[in-house]
Amino acid sequence: MAKYLLLKHYRGAPASVNDIPMDQWTPDEVDAHMQFMSDFATRLEGTGEFVDAQALSPEGVWARYDGEGRPPATDGPFAETKDLIAGWMVIDVDSHERAIELAGELSSAPGAGGDPIHEWLEVRPFFAAAPTVTE
Amino acid sequence: MGEVELRELVPQVLSVLVRRGADFATAEDAVQEALIRAVSAWEDELPADPKGWLVTVAWRAFVDLARSDAARRDREVRFDTQPPTGVVPSADDTLHLYFLCAHPELTSPSAVALTLRAVGGLTTRQIAQAYLVPESTMAQRISRAKRTVGRSGLDRPGNVRTVMRVLYLIFNEGYSGDVDLAAEAIRLTRQLAWSVNDPEVHGLLALMLLHHARRRSRTRPDGRIVPLADQDRSLWDEALIAEGITVVQAALARDRLGEYQTQAAIAALHADAARVGDTDWVQIVEWYDELLQFADTPIVRLNRAVAVGEAEGAPAGLAALAQIDAHIPRRDAVAAYLHEKNGDLELAARLYADAAHNAPNLAERDHQMRQAARLNQVLRHHQ
Repeated sequence: MAKYLLLKHYRGAPASVNDIPMDQWTPDEVDAHMQFMSDFATRLEGTGEFVDAQALSPEGVWARYDGEGRPPATDGPFAETKDLIAGWMVIDVDSHERAIELAGELSSAPGAGGDPIHEWLEVRPFFAAAPTVTE
Repeated sequence: MGEVELRELVPQVLSVLVRRGADFATAEDAVQEALIRAVSAWEDELPADPKGWLVTVAWRAFVDLARSDAARRDREVRFDTQPPTGVVPSADDTLHLYFLCAHPELTSPSAVALTLRAVGGLTTRQIAQAYLVPESTMAQRISRAKRTVGRSGLDRPGNVRTVMRVLYLIFNEGYSGDVDLAAEAIRLTRQLAWSVNDPEVHGLLALMLLHHARRRSRTRPDGRIVPLADQDRSLWDEALIAEGITVVQAALARDRLGEYQTQAAIAALHADAARVGDTDWVQIVEWYDELLQFADTPIVRLNRAVAVGEAEGAPAGLAALAQIDAHIPRRDAVAAYLHEKNGDLELAARLYADAAHNAPNLAERDHQMRQAARLNQVLRHHQ
């Protein structure tokens, strides 16, 4: 088994095919989307492939060490152009192909008009644990 | 004996050990140990005197822990291994434990964790699951908290204000994992109300009961928020509401008003309305004015603006809102609601979308997004 991160972006990913913002959808379309997301996670728990899912607030800043005795430096809130992560799902799957297949399914979540959003999701393999036997 | 009955014995047993001269931190570990042993030992047969059993086992565990600790530090054993007899803990002992666990030098998360373990009798694992952190993290948090209390707590314990704040934090966490934190907070507040004669503690208990009574109607099974006006009031727990109203009325009759009693009075007025249209908004605004005397915070002012909007109309509500800083959480949501009520649907739709963007949690974000979508649909029909 191998762990993969499916990463969703508020900004920074290539544009979706169906990229009308959610507040312009009908309430029924919003409901259908939420239901799809919830069903997807439940299904992966059922197949034994779900590890974790988290969503992030769009608010955030950069922060770094700014020298001895000084408070950390911050930069933000994020400018419009910055890459902005919205959330992730961690899955534990059989193969790279399976990770891609699941990302495709997640990206088919319905949006405006009930049509798939075709949102680009980043698929990132975790570094595997070092094997017990190496020679 | 159920889990809750067992856990009710925890502060009593811990008090006995501390009374006998055990240090708080080690005694607390020993009581946990006894609790874990009780779960398996009592499976087949309950002892005749469960509390006596726990005291005996906890004391032995304490002696073992303290001995190994003493040996490690090459120190003399400074206590009798045979416990003195005839010590009966009183309500004051339990109260003292509350004060220790809500010590002002503890951070809120530490005070919460320590209270749940030492007074509530929950295991570290249960607390970790409830707060969605690893068990080892929670164990560290608790042992650091105990060190802080041990260093500075015993001579300067906390007070009932800090205890109430900690209990309300626990209540507001709701529940995840297998522990219902809201119910646990109510149990601990009830227990506190037995041992301290302060109408504010009764106010806090009433506030929790009245909020808890509406719990089943506040969210749908899929986790969606249902606003107060749309809640199915037949789902409200009438027994809890009746109890909450009785408790707050008795507290108010003592004429020592405070923040929690005032909030409970507002909750009681909501709970008392059979239909949303029956809500006595004028009186609610008056209670918010009282609340400002105790806690003049932007959040209180925000809630007051909603009440003013209902009592005197949307323009009055918006005027009240205009006094409040633009960066207060949930202000956009209140502004959206009042502008919609005032008939300005376009502005309201934009504000609902802003409120979704700034929402502090996913349930609220989804709720505000649905509100924006609903209004935008209405606006498209009008075009």
